[in-house]
Parts: sequence; structure tokens; C-alpha cells
Amino acid sequence: MADDQTAAVVVDGLRVFRGSREVLPGISLTVPRGQVVGLLGPNGGGKTTLLRSIVGVQIIAGGTVTVLGEPAGSPGLRSRVGYVTQDASVYSDLTVRANLTYFAALAGAPRADVERVIEVVDLTTDVDTRVDRLSGGQRSRVSLAAALIGSPELLVLDEPTVGLDPVLRRDLWALFRRLAGEGTTLLVSSHVMDEAARCDRLLLLREGRLLADDSPDGLLARTGAPDAEQAFFALIETEGAA
Amino acid sequence: MSPRLTLATARRVLLQLRADHRTLVLMIAVPCVLLGLLAWIFNGTPVFDSVGAPFLGVFPFVVMFVITSVATLRERSSGTLERLLSTPLGKGDFLGGYALAFGALAVVQALVATGFAIWVCGLDVAGPRWLLVVVAVTDAVLGTATGLFVSAFARTEFQAVQFMPAFVLPQFLLCGLLLPRDMLPRALELVSDFLPLSYAVDAMRTLTTQVDAAADVGRDVVIVAAFVVAAIAAGSLTLRRRTP
Repeated sequence: MADDQTAAVVVDGLRVFRGSREVLPGISLTVPRGQVVGLLGPNGGGKTTLLRSIVGVQIIAGGTVTVLGEPAGSPGLRSRVGYVTQDASVYSDLTVRANLTYFAALAGAPRADVERVIEVVDLTTDVDTRVDRLSGGQRSRVSLAAALIGSPELLVLDEPTVGLDPVLRRDLWALFRRLAGEGTTLLVSSHVMDEAARCDRLLLLREGRLLADDSPDGLLARTGAPDAEQAFFALIETEGAA
Repeated sequence: MSPRLTLATARRVLLQLRADHRTLVLMIAVPCVLLGLLAWIFNGTPVFDSVGAPFLGVFPFVVMFVITSVATLRERSSGTLERLLSTPLGKGDFLGGYALAFGALAVVQALVATGFAIWVCGLDVAGPRWLLVVVAVTDAVLGTATGLFVSAFARTEFQAVQFMPAFVLPQFLLCGLLLPRDMLPRALELVSDFLPLSYAVDAMRTLTTQVDAAADVGRDVVIVAAFVVAAIAAGSLTLRRRTP
């Protein structure tokens, strides 16, 4: 399929139940390579479940998820996909360097990569601090750094900017842009709509259904709304009327 | 499984333990304090010489069981387990790394506890003392391996702690410390044949009474080691990369 050659992620008819609730009732979408794709929508809309399915840690009920040309969760993908969960999943009782050294060992990355990612996320002054003595924002940057090790081709980031101050958010988005410029594909979820303008492409997810899969400009043109938030409300109303 | 990833995981677990001084002190000191208490209770009687060695096998087993089951549960609830399972780390590497790290600590713990029992509490056994250390280490590693196994079934810390009385106390009752196993009701004796702690205590009893104990003790140690391998293998089957 030509689609598999150009797309980083192809989701086709994905269905997921959590408990007895059908969180994703058959969703299909494509994430192009080398772009920053924003996955936006209200909390509880299925964003995390979709990301977990793409990483291959979610039990799915139906459909297919193809990542970098292989079925999601294939052993070959484990060093090519970086995943950052919503809560900083690093060891709070270890220093920043000890955490990253361990994740570098798992990724089979050289020790120099640890120093590189520490610089990328701007934690050079805190490398020897235990993670539980860092602020919430610093902690989530450690978690991000751990995913950057080994330079994976696809980064799946679940709300990486939540709870961060505006300066830090701006810096992180600049970093995402730079990584995309170097050829990395980024799938970034957020429930902050003003981050939409910084993406190449937007996926609007609400109650397990895709309301939009478009570029930011295309979305605004289609809805006639001044910003992503208004566009989102406009789409909900159109759907309700239909 | 990859030796490189297993060793990296063991190293990381040891680094975490090194940062937690209180846990380290408790792990080493608690078996010694309990053995000292036991020796004191039976002060002036020959009882400690006959039950000291079996208890030397039981205390490290219990301590390592509790610590290991909570440690892996913490990994699960902090989200790091999910992250690890999305990396090239194998399930066997994960469990093997924990078993190695806690096994290394178990060696230290068993050495200190055995030394304490012999030189401070005056434990006197018929068999060779180095075998006492071998059995104590094997028992502590058994505690680690079963702790890893049952932690797969615990969803919360409360459940993990409950596994101690649910999993360890029945073995303690049936292992031959309260009543020799051949004097138990037939059904219970048969059950005790399938419990690893029975062989751990059998080995210690043999050491207590027989000068030439190596062959019998060796057989028991091999059986306990087989339980260790089985518990780790079963544990890696219960770890799932994909969760609901």
C-alpha cells in the first residue's frame, strides 16, 4: 500500500473497550511522516487510549494499527517509537542522569546520547539531582528526555505541556518543530486548544470520534472560525444538528 | 532475554535501593533482631540449637518476599512498567534484573544473619556452617522469586501486603516447624510436599542434626532452586505488554 510508505501511522477501523464502555468505536486516521500532528479534544474523549493503541500497549477489540510500516507493538518498533505517558514515568528516587543512563542502556544508545538529551530539554544544571526533588515541569522534561534517547523516528507524547509555564511551553513547541525539521514524526496530544496553531496537522477527537483531520488553516477555512477553539465548538454544533 | 538489558535493570534496582538507607538497614537488621529474640526466648535450653537453623531459613524468605512484591507493584503504579514494556526490554530481562539485584542483597542478608546466629546467638549445628549460608541464600532468593510472581496478581499496595499472610503463613504452618511434616494429617503432608518452604526447612533440619549432611541438603537446595526458576518463568507469563 502506497499509504504505508509515506505515513508514519495508519489507523483503520480501530475499536477499543475499556471495561464495558466502547472508548473508540471504529476510528480511522493517518499521521504523515515528518510532521507535528496535534491530537486535540476534551478529557475523556479517547486521546490516551488512541495513543496507547499506537504504541502497542493497549488491548484492542478490532481494526488495525500500522506504525512505520509494521503492526503496532511489533518487537522491531520498540526502539523506533518513543512514548511519553501523561504522568512523568521515570524513577523518582534516582538522579536525572541515572534515569537517562538506564533508558539509554535499554535503547542501546551510546552514553553520549544521555548528555545530548539533557541539553535538548535544558536540564544541564540538574543532572545530579534526584527526580523527586525537581519541580513538576522539570520532572516531565526528564520523562521527555528519556523518550528522546536513541532518536526514535516516531514520538508519541501524551499531554507533554500540561502544567508547564508559558515560557517552557513555547520552548517545548520550538523543540518539537526542530525535531520534525530533522525528520522525526511527532504525535502530540493536548486539551489546550491554543497549541493547535503550532501543529502541521490537527486531529480533533471527541467521545471516541474524529471530528476533524485537517491542517490548522484548512480547519479555520472550513468552519469560518477565528481560532481552533471556536472551530471545535462549530464542529460540535454541526454534528449535533446533523 | 538479553544479558546486557538484565544487568542494566539489576544495576538500576540496586541504585534505587542504595538511595533508600532505611530499607537497607531494615533488610539486614530485621532477621538478626528476630534471631536474637528467638535465642533469648530459649536462653538456657537446647531448643535454639534445634530451631535456630530452620528459622534462619524462614526470616530472610519472608523479608525478601514482602520487599520484592511491593517493589514491583510500585513499578506498575508509577507507570514506569508500561514505559519499560514499550522499549526493547524483555519481560524476562525485567524479572531477571529484579531477581539478580534482590538476590545480591539476599546474599549479604543471609551472610550477616548466619554470622549473627553463630557468633552472637551461639547457634551450634552438626553440619558444615558454609552450607547454612548456602541454604539461607537460596531461601532468600526464593522469597524474591515468589514475591515477583505474586506481585503480578496485586493491583494495589493493600493487596500486595495481604499476600504475605495469604501466601507465606500457610507455608510456615505446614513447613514442619510446628510439627514434623511426617506427623501431619496425611492430606496436609501431601500439600506440604508441593510447598517450597518445606524443602527449605527440611534442609535446615538436616544441617542441624547430621554431620554428613551435604547430599541430603544438596537435594533440597536443588528443589528450592527449581521453585525459584518456576516462579520467575510463571511471573514473566503474567506480565503483559498490552493491558486493558
